[in-house]
Amino acid sequence: MRYHQTFVLLLSSIVVSSLTVGTGLPTRASSRDASIGKWIDAIRAVGHQGAGHEAAQKALQNLHRCGPDALVPILKGIRGANPLAANWLLNAFEVIADREVRGGRGLPADELERFLLDRDNAPRARRIAFEWLAKVDPSVIDRLIPGMLLDPSPEFRRDAVARLMADADRLRGQDQLDRAVALYRKALTGATDQKQVEALVKRLKELGQKVDLQRHFGFIVDWQIIGPFDNTDRKGFAAVYPPEKEVNLRASYPGKLGPVRWVPIHTDDPYGIVNIAKSVAPYKGAVMYLTAEFVSRESRPVEFRLGTPNAVKVWLNGKLLFAREEYHRGMFLDQFRVPAQLQAGRNRILIKLCQNEQTEPWAQRYEFQFRVCDPSGLAVLSAERDGAASSP
Amino acid sequence: MKCFCVRTVAACGVLLAVTVDQLGAADWPQFRGHPGASAEDVSAPPTAWGDGKNIAWTAELEGRGVSSPIVIGDRVFLTSCTGPEQERLHVICFDIRTGRRVWERQFWATGSTSCHPKTCVAAPTPATDGRRIFAFYSSNDLACLDREGRLLWFRGLTYDFPQARISLGMASSPVVTDETVVVQVEADTDAFAMGLDVDTGATRWKLDRHRRANWCSPIVWERDATAERLVVLQASNGVWVVRPRTGDLIARYDEGASTISSSSAFGHLLLVPSNGLTALKLPQSGSELETVWRQNRLRPTTCSPLVYKDHVYVISGSILKCADPRTGRIRWQLRLRGPFSSSPVAAGGYLYVFNEDGVGFVVELGPRGRIVSQNPMNETILATPALIDGGLLIRSDRHLWKIASKPQ
Repeated sequence: MRYHQTFVLLLSSIVVSSLTVGTGLPTRASSRDASIGKWIDAIRAVGHQGAGHEAAQKALQNLHRCGPDALVPILKGIRGANPLAANWLLNAFEVIADREVRGGRGLPADELERFLLDRDNAPRARRIAFEWLAKVDPSVIDRLIPGMLLDPSPEFRRDAVARLMADADRLRGQDQLDRAVALYRKALTGATDQKQVEALVKRLKELGQKVDLQRHFGFIVDWQIIGPFDNTDRKGFAAVYPPEKEVNLRASYPGKLGPVRWVPIHTDDPYGIVNIAKSVAPYKGAVMYLTAEFVSRESRPVEFRLGTPNAVKVWLNGKLLFAREEYHRGMFLDQFRVPAQLQAGRNRILIKLCQNEQTEPWAQRYEFQFRVCDPSGLAVLSAERDGAASSP
Repeated sequence: MKCFCVRTVAACGVLLAVTVDQLGAADWPQFRGHPGASAEDVSAPPTAWGDGKNIAWTAELEGRGVSSPIVIGDRVFLTSCTGPEQERLHVICFDIRTGRRVWERQFWATGSTSCHPKTCVAAPTPATDGRRIFAFYSSNDLACLDREGRLLWFRGLTYDFPQARISLGMASSPVVTDETVVVQVEADTDAFAMGLDVDTGATRWKLDRHRRANWCSPIVWERDATAERLVVLQASNGVWVVRPRTGDLIARYDEGASTISSSSAFGHLLLVPSNGLTALKLPQSGSELETVWRQNRLRPTTCSPLVYKDHVYVISGSILKCADPRTGRIRWQLRLRGPFSSSPVAAGGYLYVFNEDGVGFVVELGPRGRIVSQNPMNETILATPALIDGGLLIRSDRHLWKIASKPQ
C-alpha cells in the first residue's frame, strides 16, 4: 500500500511539522489528530463578512504544514461546512496533496478511495479525492466511474453518463440499435447536465424514441395564473396584492385592467417554459401570480430551480423563499437555485412574476420555467403527477 | 516602473514598501497593467509572429476564461473556470520562461455562475501587490493567495450579499493600493464598492452604489500634488473618486459613464468614457470633478482607452483613434477590423490589440498610425494582453501564449 510505503517519510514529516506548529514540541498521534481537528474546526467557524478570519488564518497555516495524514480529515471536515469554510479547507488539502505528489511521496490512496466511495461524505470533497487519486493512479477512473451513474455528485454522474454514451455510440455504429437505445436510456437516468441531456435526447430521437423532458427535469407545467396587477414604475414588486395574502382559486380581485381571477395555464414546452407574453398577453408594467400544488410523500429538502428574465418572488406554503428584482438580464436553465423544505402532503407554491415597461425589443420577454429537484439536480416529481412512478 | 515604487515608498513608508517593492518594470500587476493604466514603457514585443516565429511558448488551458494574465517576476498568474456550470474556480501559476505550470489551485464558487455564453465566470482579471494574488470571479468570490498558492483568506461577496449578482455575469476587475483591495460589485438588485484589508480580508469600507448592472473596473489615480493614490469608481451614473483606505468620497461626476469601458488616467486628468470621452480633474474646492474637455467622437465601444506617451487611444467599433489627452483633439484615425473586446496595450512605439477572431494587430504609432502586421492566432480572443519586457502574454480560448523573440 502506497501509504505504508511512505511511512517513514510521513513520520518524519509529522515530526518536522510538530516542531513548527502548535506548542513546538513533538506530539503523539492522538494529540496531533486533535490538533488537526481543532484547526479544521477553527476554519469551519469562518462566516459572513470576514468573521473568524484571524483564527482561521492561523489554523490554515498550520494545516498547510501538515503531512498526508491530514488529507482525509480535511476532506471530512468539508461535510456540513459553509461554502466559505469549504474553500479554505479545499486549499489546505490541495497544498498538502500537491506537495506530496510533487515530492514523489504519493498519497494515502486506500484512505482516499474509502472516503470517496462513502456517499455520506460531501459530494464535492469526494470528487476532489477522486481527482487527486486519478493523478497518481489513473486506473481509478475505469474502476470507479461506471458505478456512479446515480451518485449524489453531479460531477461523478456526468462522467458515468459520458462513458455510457460513448458505449452506446459504439453499439449504434455496429448497428446494435436496441442495445444502444437501452444504454442511452440508462445514461439518461443519471443525466442532469443540460448539454448531456440534449445530446442523449437527440440520439434517442434519431432512433425513433420519445423523451419526456418535462418529467426528466421535474418541471411544473400546470399552473393557475391571475393578473395583471399594476407594476407601473416597477412599484408592483414591493406591492402586496391579494394573492400574497391568500390563495383562493375561486376569488376575483380588481386588477390593473379590470377584475381578474385565477385561470389554468399549461405549457407543452419541453423545458417547461410558461410564456405569459404569448400564452396570455404581452403585458407591460404588470404583475402576474402563478400557483401550483406539489404533493410530497414525505417531508424532505429539495431545490426549486427557476429561470426568468423578469423580476420574481417565490413562496412555499405562505413563506417567502426568494425575491429578485432583475429585469431582462437573460434566462437560463437553473438560473436561480432556491433551497426549500417540502412538508409531507400538499405544498402550495406561489410565484410572483413582474414585467417592467422597457420598450426595447430584447426587453419584451415575460416568461419563466420552474422545476423541483434534489440538491444534485435529479427531478423530484409531485406524487399527484400522472404516472409519477414511470420513467421519462 | 521605478517611479511607481519610489513614489509609493516615499509616500507610504516602509511598511508599504515591503508590500510593493517586489513589483518591477517587467511586472503586470492587474487589468491593463500598472495602476492608472498609464504604463511605463518597456521594450517592444515582436512586431510580427506566427508559424513558430516569435512565439516563445504556448500553454494549454482547460475550461474557460476571459481574464488577463498578471505577472510578478518569473511567475504568470491566470484564472479560469471549469465544470458544466463553471462552478470550479482556478488560479494557475506558470513559469514565464518556459510556460510550465508551477501550481494550480481551485475553489468552489459560492455565488452565481450564471453568465451570458460569450463571457464566463473567470472574467475579472486578478490583481497583485507583489506578494499576494487577489483572484476575483463573476461569482464575486475573492481568493487571496501567496505566490506559492497558499490561501491567505477567502471572501464570498454574493454569499454575504445574495442580491449582488447579474444573470449575464459580472466582469469588474479589482485593484490594489494602500494595503487595500478594491472591488466593484454592481448589479440591478444590489450594488456596492468595497475596500478589503489585504492582510485579513476584513472589510475596511463598503459604499452603496447605483443599482444598475456595471462591468467596468476601478482604476487607481495618483493625485498630482501629493502623490496620494485615489480610486476611481465608474458606473452608469458617473464617477466617484474615493480614498482607498477609507472609502471617503473625494469628488464625483454625475453626467453618466460607460458600464463597460473603464477610465484611464493622464497625470492630473481622468479620461472617462462618458458622452464620448470626457477629461475631468479634481476641483480646487468642492466635490464636483471639473470637466476639462469633452470629445463625443472619441467613444470607446468595449475597449478601455489607452494612455501612452502623451496620447490617448480609443477604439470605436473598428476605428482606432489617436487624440491629444490635454485637449481631446483627434490627431489621426485608422481602420482596423473588429469587433474588439480586448483592450489595447502599447510598448516601444507600437500598439497591440487583438480582435475577437484572434487577429493581433500591431500598429506603429507616430504622426499617423500604420498597421505593421496582422497576426492570426486562429482562436477567439476576448482578453486584454499583458505586457512584459520585450514580449506579450495573451490568452485565447484554449491557450496562453507568450509572444517574444527569444526565451526570457
